[in-house]
Amino acid sequence: MNNIFNYIDKPSPIHRLSGATKFICLMLWSFAAMSTYDTRMLAGLVIFGVVLFRVGNIRIKEVSFVFGFMAFFLVVNTVMLYVFAPHHGSEIYGTSTVLFGSGRFSVTAEQLFYQLNYTLKFFATIPVVLLFVSTTNPSEFAASLNKIGIKYSVAYSVALALRYIPDIQSQYRDISQASQARGIEMSKKASFIDRLKAASDILIPLILTSVDRIEVISNAMELRCFGKNKKRTWYTERPFTPADIIAMVLCGLLIALSTWLTCLNGGRYYNPFK
Amino acid sequence: MDRDILLQFTDFGFQYKAQSKPTLYDINLTLRRGERILIAGPSGSGKSTLVHCINGLIPFSYKGSVTGSLKIKGRESRDMSLFEISHTVGTVLQDSDAQFVGMTVAEDIAFALENDCVGEPMLHDRVAEAAKLVNVNDYLSHAPGELSGGQKQRVSLAGVLIDDVDILMFDEPLANLDPATGKQAIELIDDMQKRTGTTVIIVEHRIEDVLHRSVDRVVLMDKGRIVADVPADELLSGTLLEECGIREPLYITALKYANVPITQDKHPASIDTIRLTDEDKRKVVEWYRNTGEDEPEGLTEQLVRTESLSFTYDGGTNRSINDISLEIKKGEMAAIIGKNGAGKSSFAKVLCGFETQSAGSIYYMGYEITPMSIKERAEHIGYVMQNPNEMISKVFIYDEVAMGLKLRGVPESEIDERVEKALRICGLWRMRKWPVSALSYGQKKRVTIASILVLDPEMIILDEPTAGQDYRHYTEIMEFLLDLNARGITVIMITHDMHLMLEYADRAIVFSDGRKIADDKSYNILTNGDVINKASLKETSLYELAGICGIDDGTDFVRHFIGYERKHKRGQL
Amino acid sequence: MKKFGVKHIVATGIGAALFFVLGRFVAIPSGIPNTNISIQYGLLAFISAVFGPIAGLLSGLIGHFFIDFSFGWGIWWSWVIASAICGGLIGLLTSKLKIEEGEFDKGSIVKFNFFQLVSQLVSWAVIAPVLDIVMYGEPVNKVFIQGLVSAGVNIVTTAVVGTLLCIAYAASIPKKGSLKEED
Repeated sequence: MNNIFNYIDKPSPIHRLSGATKFICLMLWSFAAMSTYDTRMLAGLVIFGVVLFRVGNIRIKEVSFVFGFMAFFLVVNTVMLYVFAPHHGSEIYGTSTVLFGSGRFSVTAEQLFYQLNYTLKFFATIPVVLLFVSTTNPSEFAASLNKIGIKYSVAYSVALALRYIPDIQSQYRDISQASQARGIEMSKKASFIDRLKAASDILIPLILTSVDRIEVISNAMELRCFGKNKKRTWYTERPFTPADIIAMVLCGLLIALSTWLTCLNGGRYYNPFK
Repeated sequence: MDRDILLQFTDFGFQYKAQSKPTLYDINLTLRRGERILIAGPSGSGKSTLVHCINGLIPFSYKGSVTGSLKIKGRESRDMSLFEISHTVGTVLQDSDAQFVGMTVAEDIAFALENDCVGEPMLHDRVAEAAKLVNVNDYLSHAPGELSGGQKQRVSLAGVLIDDVDILMFDEPLANLDPATGKQAIELIDDMQKRTGTTVIIVEHRIEDVLHRSVDRVVLMDKGRIVADVPADELLSGTLLEECGIREPLYITALKYANVPITQDKHPASIDTIRLTDEDKRKVVEWYRNTGEDEPEGLTEQLVRTESLSFTYDGGTNRSINDISLEIKKGEMAAIIGKNGAGKSSFAKVLCGFETQSAGSIYYMGYEITPMSIKERAEHIGYVMQNPNEMISKVFIYDEVAMGLKLRGVPESEIDERVEKALRICGLWRMRKWPVSALSYGQKKRVTIASILVLDPEMIILDEPTAGQDYRHYTEIMEFLLDLNARGITVIMITHDMHLMLEYADRAIVFSDGRKIADDKSYNILTNGDVINKASLKETSLYELAGICGIDDGTDFVRHFIGYERKHKRGQL
Repeated sequence: MKKFGVKHIVATGIGAALFFVLGRFVAIPSGIPNTNISIQYGLLAFISAVFGPIAGLLSGLIGHFFIDFSFGWGIWWSWVIASAICGGLIGLLTSKLKIEEGEFDKGSIVKFNFFQLVSQLVSWAVIAPVLDIVMYGEPVNKVFIQGLVSAGVNIVTTAVVGTLLCIAYAASIPKKGSLKEED
């Protein structure tokens, strides 16, 4: 994978949405998923997300690269949650129904339910994040940021980051190979500090050449009038269509729903134990 | 006021804020609409500063004091803004990766218009038009990583052409291109100029390649001053180029060796325009007959051998190598050539153990070294990267050179001894306590070579050892490598510089699409049309000169020239 | 505060790209299985100290956002925001240092490290855990232990990598002075 975006160019209703719409929807969706702990809503988001994934015409195989990290992240967090706070569930739900075991690490229904919700929360955002990176042309991303009101100078920083990531990646590879030939190693044999020093020996040439490059790039940009006006247009920008409006309204409703549920439940948590 | 005058320097001078002396003195230069000029000069002659003055980076980005006057279309440049100047002067920078700021071809071409708030449908239409003009319209959605150096340069050109500028300025357009692509670039610039009537400034020290198509004037700079502003024929008839350390076209050098007087009326600007008298031709033939032809004795001891070596990047077939079998003799100085992406660097990386081959084996003095680690192989085969800045981690020269030994746990006293030896060989001993940042590019290159030599390899591989260097630095680096070679170190150079290969490599191995397509004496390679085409090289003008003079065996003529040149350079004649 | 011009916009983009590449592809084992040192914070401190708080804040924000994106595990807003604040804070506190003019003596090294220590403690041991609790309802002791461990590791990483980068960068800026050749 060469870039952060795993853009797969296919015809689908999701691909046809403008990048700005998709970015706003992603934000609304992830805030909705973040704010609620209501099991019904989270389960709904998971299902809705999977459905959208189908609509976006993206196959599981095409995003399989994430499963390793995802599983790792989930397992580590699940274990840590349990180890550090085995009774967090009971604190939240106000009851303690011990299923088996005793003492600090006794397993309660409340804890299991809390961790189920935690996992659901995780799966409620992953499909939309994957959908976003697979259906948004990276070229359109910066234009979208500007469109939703972020200053174009900041939006262009994002564009430059996306533009130069592949270059920096291959340069890092070259530099690190040449350093290894001279004897730099970052293996586990060396001490922590020595490993950091070795890493610095590789980073110094990478970063100093990058800093040199900053000057050349900014000259190149100024010579083509970057920064001349308060606004700029974008080649990849697309106008909003009715579909865009509908998508944004739908995702706006998710926030409303999550807020409504919070009021209804008298808090972020849906409590089946009462 | 003459409305055709686009650019006028009058007694112009410039001094950077941080410097104690001016960089430019007494510049007087006038450029009229539709003219094509070449600005040449060695590194440090002030030509980059002149470029910055013309495109407005001076005084708007680089601070300093300006004396005299520079008028752009009749207005004093310091009273304009950088953006106003940019609408008149379009600059194509040397580093096309830095100039390519868009994520795709289309976005990069659109960049200037976007900044000018041009909206749809104009934006898309004008991008399509500009892309068509430079023939990149089939690649509009390609990312820079998917383009060749030549294509990137075309995109840069489209990106400034789109703004309807009056002056197009090219800063070292040939530096990163292979010979055939460089030739195409010059042809493209020329055709573009003829079609649009734009004024063109080319800044370059590779004069012979630029003069492949004609220019109106050549402006020669040296030590911050303009030392000549004359038609190319006049400049080439004199000795100024040589005095400024700029390389003359090879055919001119050959004619001078043969004692042929070079005068303006012979139109020496290009091998295509030159008119030689029968007497001149006779002199060339005579010189050819009289030059010795002692071949260097053949080396026999084998150092490295590869057998059916193959390697593929995960990404695809580009840069991969396929079934490479070759031998490198102990003590030889050879070149690996081919266009970008042909697999030259990949081959070197597999040899050094940076990448692992998918098939085949590597033998070093008869032993298979395939299982050795990168670190172990580095003690036999050293690799020097193209850009020395990518290899230097330490602040001080001594530490940089000692690093490889320290990391190998060599005792302190032995480190001192070996570092001293390496530094002395590289002519850096007296500067051992200096910070690396105080050195010139060529000296930094030596530091990186010293830091490889300190590990005592029998062979070093250098990636584009002279890229972007003027003739003086080129000669300095290459003579240094020759000296190393004379000390018994096998030197392999990866390059697409034909002069380098002709002058310094006894043998050339040619790669194309990941395969070895030729392995022969350098002069045989550069006169073999088939190999030249496949490897994106260019026939040397010496070969054409031989044809003009009626010498049938052009290859042999080239061989004589190289033999003579080597002796001449090393003061043996 | 340093002016935010085109050069700073480019520095932000390149800084974010470097942050991403180091965080995503450079694995330096920490000794704990499956856990790598986040060397990108050494870089972030350098970018902030040289190019100022806005470049630091945005490089951290964009770079971290991209890392989360590319791993596909969702966007962990609490830590993305903490990275941004870390970059911004270091930039603010170090604004008196003149590394970009080639000055980075012993006093500057001490100041740089004191400021990065404060900034990282605030970011990892306070902001990230508090946001974790507010945004994700995570248990208090888990997030504070995670935060303290990260702060510790990142402070040490930055003390070595960030300091060495600043020294090398300051030394690379040509200064007028007399260099003597020695025999």
